[in-house]
Amino acid sequence: MDVRTHMSMIFHLDKCIGCHTCSVACKNLWTDRKGAEYMWWNNVETRPGTGFPTQWENQEHFRGGWERKKGKLDLKLHTRLEGIFKLFYNPSLPGLRDYYEPFTFDYQNLFNSPKKDVQPIAEPISMITGDPIDIETGPNWDDDLGGSNIYAKNDVNLEDLPQEVREQMNELERLVFNYLPRICNHCLNPACVAACPSGAIYKRDEDGVVLVNENDCRAWRMCVAACPYKKVYYNWNTGKSEKCILCFPRMETGQAPACAHSCVGRIRYMGVLLYDADQIPTAANVPDDELIAAHREMILDPFDPKVIAAAKENGIGDDWIESAQNSPAYKFVKEWEIALPLHPEFRTMVMMYYIPPLSPVVSVTEKSLFRLDLMQEDYDFELFDRLDAARLPIKYLANLFSAGDEGTIRTVLRKLLAVRIYMRRKTVHGKVDSVSRKTLAEAGLTEEQAIDMYKMTTLPTMEERFVFPNYHREMSIKAILDPLTHKGEVGLGYIQQPKRGE
Amino acid sequence: MDWNQFLFVVFPYISLTLFIAVTIYRVVYRPFTVSSLSSQLLERKQLYWGSIPFHHGVLWILLFHLVALLTPKVLLLWNAVPLRLYLLEISGFILGLWALVGVVFLFWRRLTVPYVKAVTTRIDILVLLLTLISMLTGVLTASLYRFGSVWFTGVFTPYLWSILTLQPCPELVAPLPWLIQLHVFNNFALLALLPFSRLIHILSWPLDYLIRPWQIVIGMRDRKATK
Repeated sequence: MDVRTHMSMIFHLDKCIGCHTCSVACKNLWTDRKGAEYMWWNNVETRPGTGFPTQWENQEHFRGGWERKKGKLDLKLHTRLEGIFKLFYNPSLPGLRDYYEPFTFDYQNLFNSPKKDVQPIAEPISMITGDPIDIETGPNWDDDLGGSNIYAKNDVNLEDLPQEVREQMNELERLVFNYLPRICNHCLNPACVAACPSGAIYKRDEDGVVLVNENDCRAWRMCVAACPYKKVYYNWNTGKSEKCILCFPRMETGQAPACAHSCVGRIRYMGVLLYDADQIPTAANVPDDELIAAHREMILDPFDPKVIAAAKENGIGDDWIESAQNSPAYKFVKEWEIALPLHPEFRTMVMMYYIPPLSPVVSVTEKSLFRLDLMQEDYDFELFDRLDAARLPIKYLANLFSAGDEGTIRTVLRKLLAVRIYMRRKTVHGKVDSVSRKTLAEAGLTEEQAIDMYKMTTLPTMEERFVFPNYHREMSIKAILDPLTHKGEVGLGYIQQPKRGE
Repeated sequence: MDWNQFLFVVFPYISLTLFIAVTIYRVVYRPFTVSSLSSQLLERKQLYWGSIPFHHGVLWILLFHLVALLTPKVLLLWNAVPLRLYLLEISGFILGLWALVGVVFLFWRRLTVPYVKAVTTRIDILVLLLTLISMLTGVLTASLYRFGSVWFTGVFTPYLWSILTLQPCPELVAPLPWLIQLHVFNNFALLALLPFSRLIHILSWPLDYLIRPWQIVIGMRDRKATK
């Protein structure tokens, strides 16, 4: 057992209101620079939709992630030798068209325009060439199902849904969507690290953050193509790859990452997970339907004395172990088993998890019509027993979060629904009846768990949502060095300006 | 000092000094600036027709030059059979032509595509211009002054060694036609330009990728062993 620590984020999708505050916080902090305009280290997608970059999940096209070949796990992008030969031109790299051309508006024209009979306008101009452009697309062009028969229809996750279900999802009365905020998943088996010919990308041992060493990056761009989530971006100005850094300078000082901190819906939780690094190669290489189980198996119980002993042997401090015991991430992923990895079939072993959404409005079919005016108890139980009536097809969620395995999604949704039913009885009716207790038991939860889940979902304080251990950065400084040298090594500001080479 | 002395002794040494000193400085103290500065994100169709022919062509050509410099005997033994000589000359010529076509594409792309122009500096143009001259003079030399792979070992192998061993013999190059002299001078100019331009990416050979473990983990905490 090789115990290691990881900072993990949980996204409670039922709480996401799609306001994009996370994206804006991230952009203001990290990617408001020349060459980085088109990057969204954090973005929020409307689902069903094609996402950003367009159709990033289509790995037949972009060739991201890992693939099982004869029982061995290999990059889908290339073999090592192919990787060397593709340095000069990388056919799987997304082009700017797959993202969008960053634009601004020529506001100066509003002031400088000569006197005319018509109002002057601020023409859209490209932020790359400076030339006027026709804006054809942008980030979140399909926000809230805008243009859904062009975008949402092409969602890769809809592919193996029955045709009539797909058509129903396009009918006005059945339109349904949820939001999917995405950051870098800081995988345990990252494809970007494995694909980098220069070896410039690495995983931080202490918290699992995957970082690009831009001093070693040589712009071979393999990471961009290899990442199945398309969360490594190429800065066309500096000629270096960039990606989400999980705001590690903030985490090291005990603050939540900007996206999580600014979250209006408070959908994000963060905490330490202990995992067994010895299990990564095997857990990443099991059949699709066993992926979730193997992934959960790899996450270790921070209360288990054996795990604690092994962790200490690996140099993990007591405060990190204690932090792992208080971690909301552990509760959601392992204790309650309601948080799932996004697209586990990419086999990168992601460490950011999602709690799949219950459908926004519950409805049932009655004589093939949709009724929304049912008594609450009717539709509660109706849905609990017949999850297929959920407006968002189970299969669709399964394609997103459990490699197509509907059973996993049903279990999770049942738990979420059972807690909802139980708490409604408790708070609205004032007493818990045997039916809701039975529902809870059927979902596999105890009453204490249901109350804990309820509290952690609806009432958590900032300290309960974000549990950060002390990073002890002061311990990593060599005490024999001159303090003035340290001053130049840590903290804010550039030691050298990140200027583009010639 | 006559022209030959300047062009084939003084200038090569200036180039070599710049190449070694500035490259070391840049790689050690300014590593952020070392990059191939790919523009594939911005434009990919023309890049495909430029970059692949150019790089694959020029890599083989440089390899042939290196073989002739390091092991001239191997080359002479190979060329002892006429058929093998023709084979080498023809493949060299085709590869040179291929690289030339590539560089023409790249040059055209850099001058005409607005997206590429947005990331183009003056030194990029200079690099492409010198590379174009290099390819052009090389291909012309191969076709006009046969057979390069034979006389190279008699002229350039000793000349380049004389430069590298600090006993310069410019008289070896002095009687050559101006086209070949231009080829030599131009390549020393490219060498001088290398540390100041994107050409520095030539020195990145990510061959350890073939043997390194897939994953890289770096930490501050002391750890028994990191796999």
